[in-house]
Order: sequence, then C-alpha cells, then structure tokens
Amino acid sequence: MTATVDSPRISLPVTPAKHDAGIDYELFLDCVHCGLCTSACPTYLELGDENDGPRGRIYLMRAVTDGRIELDDAVKGHLDLCLDCRACESACPSGVQYAKLIEPFRIHMHKIGVKKEHLSWLQRMLLFNLTPYAGRMRLALAPARLAQWTGIDSLMTKLGMFNLLPSSLRQMHEMLPPLKAHYGSLPEVLPAEGPRRARVALFTGCAADAIFPETNYATAKVLQKNGCEVWIPRKQGCCGAPHYHSALEEPAKQFAQQNCDAFLPDGSPVDAIIVNAAGCGAMLKDYGHLFHGSPQEEKAALFAKKVKDINEFLIELGPIQPMHPLKLKATYHDACHLCHGQQIRKQPRQLLEMIPELQLTTLNESEICCGAAGSYNLTQPEMAERLGERKAKNVLDTNAEALFVSNFGCQIQLGRYLRDKKPSLTIAHPIDALWASYNGEKL
Amino acid sequence: MTSAATTATAPKLADRMRAIVGPTNVLASPSDLVVYECDGFTIEKNKPDVVVFPTSTEQIVAIVKACGELGVPFVPRGAGTSLAGGCLPIGGGVMIALTRMKRILEVNYRDRYAIIEPGVVNLWLTNHIKPNGYHFAPDPSSQGACTIGGNVATNSGGPHTLKYGVTVNHVLGVELVLPDGRVVQTGGPHEDNPGYDLTGVIVGSEGTFGVATKAWVRITRNPEAYRTLLGVFESVDDATNTISEIIGAGIIPGALELLDSLILQAVEAAFRFGFPLDAGAVLIMEVDGLDAGLDQDAERIVEIAKRNNAREVRRANTEAERLLLWKSRKQAFGAVGRLAPSYCTQDGVVPRTKLPEILRFIRAVGTKYNIRIANVFHAGDGNIHPILLFDERDADQVKRVLGASHEILDECIRLGGSVTGEHGIGVEKIDFMPKLFSPEDLAMMVRLRSAFNPENRCSPQKMLPTAGACIEQSKAGRHAAM
Repeated sequence: MTATVDSPRISLPVTPAKHDAGIDYELFLDCVHCGLCTSACPTYLELGDENDGPRGRIYLMRAVTDGRIELDDAVKGHLDLCLDCRACESACPSGVQYAKLIEPFRIHMHKIGVKKEHLSWLQRMLLFNLTPYAGRMRLALAPARLAQWTGIDSLMTKLGMFNLLPSSLRQMHEMLPPLKAHYGSLPEVLPAEGPRRARVALFTGCAADAIFPETNYATAKVLQKNGCEVWIPRKQGCCGAPHYHSALEEPAKQFAQQNCDAFLPDGSPVDAIIVNAAGCGAMLKDYGHLFHGSPQEEKAALFAKKVKDINEFLIELGPIQPMHPLKLKATYHDACHLCHGQQIRKQPRQLLEMIPELQLTTLNESEICCGAAGSYNLTQPEMAERLGERKAKNVLDTNAEALFVSNFGCQIQLGRYLRDKKPSLTIAHPIDALWASYNGEKL
Repeated sequence: MTSAATTATAPKLADRMRAIVGPTNVLASPSDLVVYECDGFTIEKNKPDVVVFPTSTEQIVAIVKACGELGVPFVPRGAGTSLAGGCLPIGGGVMIALTRMKRILEVNYRDRYAIIEPGVVNLWLTNHIKPNGYHFAPDPSSQGACTIGGNVATNSGGPHTLKYGVTVNHVLGVELVLPDGRVVQTGGPHEDNPGYDLTGVIVGSEGTFGVATKAWVRITRNPEAYRTLLGVFESVDDATNTISEIIGAGIIPGALELLDSLILQAVEAAFRFGFPLDAGAVLIMEVDGLDAGLDQDAERIVEIAKRNNAREVRRANTEAERLLLWKSRKQAFGAVGRLAPSYCTQDGVVPRTKLPEILRFIRAVGTKYNIRIANVFHAGDGNIHPILLFDERDADQVKRVLGASHEILDECIRLGGSVTGEHGIGVEKIDFMPKLFSPEDLAMMVRLRSAFNPENRCSPQKMLPTAGACIEQSKAGRHAAM
C-alpha cells in the first residue's frame, strides 16, 4: 500500500524491523490458511485465541518476518506458549512442517535476546547441567530415593517442610514420582536369547534412566527375549532435546556429536538404535536435520536412520507372544513426540493387546498433549496445569486401572495430576507391561 | 452506515469491552489483531479494532449495546474457516469470537436433540454422542475445526447432506442476540412450531441478523451399516454420467463425491490411501442404512459404473479403510497446499445433468487463463468445487484467478445453477447477487435483514449489496489482496 507523505488523515505506523530467522520462506507458504489445525492444538483448545493456535502462530511468524508487526511481548508470549507437540502437523493436510518454523524462530528470538526467560537460574542449572547427565542425576536422586523408601519424604510433606524450599525447587519436587530401586548398571552387552535375530544398541537416556530405571531394564530384557543382542554404549549422552527445545543449539549439537561417535564406531554396525522415550526418539531421529549443511550431516543422518522406537522396532521384528496374564483394564496416552513427532500410534497398542487378559480401552483426546512437553511444565506452569488436569479428567473417565505411555516426561506429568485423584492407578511404559507379562512378575 | 473506530476511539472501545468481559477476554494490540484480519478466504484482509471473547449471552448483549452507543460495527467469528470471507471485519470494529462459548449444554437422546453453544466444534458434538450411536448429520469437510455457530450462519453442507439434508434441516431452534441487544428465541426442542419459521431464515443469514448464542440441533441415529465404493474412471465425463445415472435409478446414496486427477495427486501425497494416480477421476460412492438391501444397492451402483466405462470399482473392506477414504476426501482442500502456495476454492451449483458440461467449461477456462484447476466436489447434489491454484505473491496470477473464477460462476448461473452451494456469499460472492436475483428479490432480502438488523451494524457489507451505488463504495472500503 502506498500513501502520500503529506496525507493529513493517515498517520503512518513506524515500520517494524524485518526479521530473518533463517527460515526457508517457502515453508510459510505451505500453509494455505484453511484452519483445520486449530482444534488439534492444545493451547487453542484451552484458550480459543487464534494467536495461540498453529495457523495463528505461523501467521505471526510470517508477519514478523515480513516486517508487518513488531516482535513484541504479545507475539513472544504466543510463540513461547506453543508446546511444540506437533499435533498441528498431524492435523495439517497441506504438509506444513510447523516444527521447522517454530524451532528456528525461537532460536532466532533467543539469539537476538528477546526470548523470555521463564526458568529460574536454579532450574536452568538443574535442567541443563544436572538432568542431561545420567550419572549425576542418579546421584542427585539418591537422597530422594532413600527419603521415599524410609517414609521421610511423606513425613516431610505432611509437616509442610518442603514449603521451605524455593518455589522453583518445590515445583520440581512435586513432579517427582515414586522412585523404584535402580537396577545398578546393566552389562555393556546382553546376549540374545535363542537364535540371534538382530544386533541393536540401546539408548538409555539421562533423566529417564535415573527416574524410571525399570523401563530401561525392561527394554533390554524384552529385546533379549526377542532374540536381540543388546549393546549399551557406555559413552552415550543426553539426546540434546532439553537444550534444543530451549533454543540452545550448540550444546544440543555437542550431545548429538557425542552420540553419533558412541553409537557408530568404526566396524561392527548395529541393525538399529533403540530408544524407549518418545521425546528422545524424536530428537535422535532429527539429528540429520540438526546438522543440515555441515560436514557431520552424513554421519548424523545415518545415525537418525537407524533410530527406532522400541514399540516400532518390536512390531517390525515380530514380537514373541507374552504368556503371563495381566488382568487389567488399561488405557493408552499418545505421547506427542511419538504420535505426532514419529507417527507411531498403532504399535504400542498392538503390543499391549498381545498381553493376555489386558483389556485396552480408548482414551478420549489421547493425542492432546498432557502438558509435560519437555521442560514446559516448568516454563509455562499455568498452561501445563490446565492440560494436566484436562488429561487427568479424560483418564479418570475411562475407569482404567492402568495408564500406559511411551515417554517418561508424560509419565511424570500424568503422575503429578493423577496420583492424588486415583492412588491405585498404575502409570507405566508399555514395555514395562510387556516385560511383566514375559516374566510373570507384577507390574 | 456505521463506521470503523478511528485511531482515537479504538482505545476507548477496547476499554469498554474490557469492562464487559474482563481484560483477559479482549485483544487490542496490533500484533494480536493481525491474525484476525482474514479467515479461510485470504484474498481480502482487514483488521478488527478489537477482538472480544464473551462467555455468556449477557456479555454479548452488553457488547452489541456498547457497539450501538459508540457507532461501530461488529462481526461474529467461530473458528475462522470460512472460505468466502464471512468473518472479514469490514470497516474494523468489534470482532466477537465465540470460541470460549463451547459447552454442550444438554443432550436428549429420547427426543433426539442437543443444545449447544455456538463455539462447539462440529465434530465435538458427534464425538460426544458417538458412544450412544448418534451423530450430528451436517459434516462439512472442515468439521474437525469449524464451529456449529458457523455452520448455522452459513447453512453448511457436507458429503452426507445429499441424503440427510443441510444444516437448516438439523436446527430446531436458535437463541439470537439482535444488534440492539434484545434476545430472541426461535423454535426450540420440539418440532412443528407455529408462527413464521424464523429459524429457517436465521440459518444461512451469514451473521447479518445478529449473534446466535445457543442452538437446538437434531441428533441423528447412526446408520446400521455402510457400503463404501471407490469407482475409478478414465475420464471425468464417465464419472459424471455415472452420477446422473445412479440418482436416475432411484438410489439415494449417503454420499457421492468426485475427485479428479490433479486433486488425487495431492490427496495421495497427504494420506497414501492408494488412489490410482493415472485415473481421470474417481467417485466415492456410499450407501448407508439398514444392512438388509445395501448389498443390492451396491451391486446396482457397480453395474452402473461399469456400464459407464469404470476401470474398476473397489470396496472399503474395513471401517479403518472407510475412515481413511473419507479423511482423504474431507481434507482434500488442505492437501492442495502441496500443489501450490495459494488456492481459491469455488463453490458453484449446477443441475446434476449439467455436470459434464460445467467440468468441460472449467477445463477450458483453466487453459484460457493459464491456471491449474483441481476438482473435488459433492457430485450428488451438483455442488462443484473447482480449486484454482496460484501464488498469492504474483499479482498477475491473482488477477487471472479472479477472472477465471468469475467466468466459472457466470457459467453456473447460465446453466441454471447458482454461485454457492454451501460456503456462503460472504464478501467473495457479493457481486454475483444482482446476477442471481432481481432488484425486487434483493429488496425483499434487505427488508428482511432490516427487521433484525436495521442499522446494518452487524456484519455490514456481507451477502447483500445494499443498493447499486453502495456496491462500489463497499469495494473501495475493502483492502485489496496484497
């Protein structure tokens, strides 16, 4: 639009600065503005504001890129509120790659110093320097384990002693689920049971291994049982997702490099790299994209190609029939990074349905994010709580005795909002159930 | 005529709205408003001065009264999936977003109705009543996102409305806030209300009568069984002849949808159903109802298709296959994004027997304007949806798309049809109204609107060109595409 300078009626707005977040502009144009994504978006479902829906967020990023609007606090707020759950990508018929828009854009916001800091220094310290390191994390949780077993933890809760903690730490303590005994350490190589069908490497993760060690144990055992030789590379590290999703690209790349080196040494290649956490899996499968255009791209892409979610891998392999019944009414929550990020929906359900006497019932809104979304429950506690409560209601409506989910972040969040409402509810990973059914142990 | 809030009055307007609905239910910063400058129709854009999110009928009453006092227009908006610019805030003013009024207030299975607020998404209602074997029959392709309030405004159709009827056939009553703040209820839970059928005129009024705040809608028992067939044809002509013959044979399919080869490419890329990419066209043909007799109907359909040179007729063998087939059809518009950066979906109607003719015409127009046109539509009721592909950054292409669209719609009228089957007139088709209706017809409509909305403050310059001279004025007031 043009206007003459001396026009008395129109006051021309100050032209906002154009932003170049390094986003391929064609990606914006994939969006045809049909709006079919809107009600797949958890934040839009809760708020009904199109600025907090995928179509709106894409429109905002494009308007900022075009210099039509300022990158002001309102815009930042809408972009920060995005869970990065990618439900919109599943809903989009036009194939918009939303993550490839929002993630570089957030990194750009961080680089130019406009990204809002929602985490306290203590939380940042813990999130980026403690939780990504399995060893440190296990040590750090040792007192909590001890406190929970001895009952000191619940005593302190009753006495309100945790109220003395800084609020940011209290928030993290509240999330902590009941901790089971740590298996210690699995051997570096577990031989296949029966004839070897595959040789796989197991990604054990960092925080997950410290909080839910039983799932890594179950995964290794289930793989063995299914004729896989399991190798657990000792030099592996965090997948880098906590950093990448917090717009810290460099540390994310360092972890990715570390994993590529650990899992792909020269000689003796594995058939697959197995991961049991949806969030980590989505990140690992994205390593090629992370190194796009750099010399490491080829190796990273090879790594990414080998990554398989445990549910996906077992179904492809053809799982051995579990024998011991688990008489349970159960339901399954789709972790965003599994169903939207990796398009894996059927496989975990198929595995659960193989278990004798386990009755799987449908969870309403199973694909709507529970609010965990990595560190989202720390950065956006209000929305995380709304979504946690929404999910809890849907779970309670099923009357299920067990809730299965293939991601430890969801497991923590679901526990937080369901523990008190239904103490008898078992919350576990499908592989925990499968192992229990193979082994005849209680879940 | 009401005018937009000026730079001076906009803050005052926002304050008034905050006083009514609270600060968290008002958007007024420039960056927050930009998202609301258009809906699914992106050719024209204009920002509202304020967006409000009321949560009750009382708040809407206060909002429209305040608009009256301040002399600003207002426009209701649901999910913003309109393809005709129904939610475009012409002249700015207040946009009333109804997405926070999303409760299902009551479901009565014995009397077969539900009471819903306008912001309830179409599919939510169906999902809510599905466990009891019911659904809400109007099923527009955007049903996963669009609101029932929007369906009421535009009298939405969908694939299954060939047999089950469009929205107006499923709305028993409406609660409407008039632009002066009075609240009226037309109809209600029971059938056959005496007096004028005001519900009938409100449904499809495109938000020009007031703001619907509640609706009593029919719920429909799910059919006992379906037979869903996919006919593969070498040419569009063979497919359209099949359609006429099926209906001519007295079969009333639940749905009868045509997809041409260009749209098949996009849909196949999106959903991987296994469509034959070398086919000229495919027909999705579905019969439903009591299980007994459906196989005979299906066999007759296969016979008719074969007689019209169908290469093959496939059958959806499982419910999952059927759902994927429908998903492919319903999300076809969106999938078009894979073919071009922008698209413009037209919505014309012709008598069924004229389908071969209009489709040939569309092909010729595409060639003439050098625009790729994909076709996917409700063939059973002659409701065509040519999708014109373009790049909105190229002004010349935009011009050619508009030219081609107009020629196609003019041809629909010439063949005895109309310019919209279900998307509505909005702002997109307003210039066609004088071609479709006589001055007397239009004057009657204006008088009807005046009974509800005398100052034309609610959704101004939508659907009806108020008078000859005003058409030009309204065009000038609207922002051009880019």
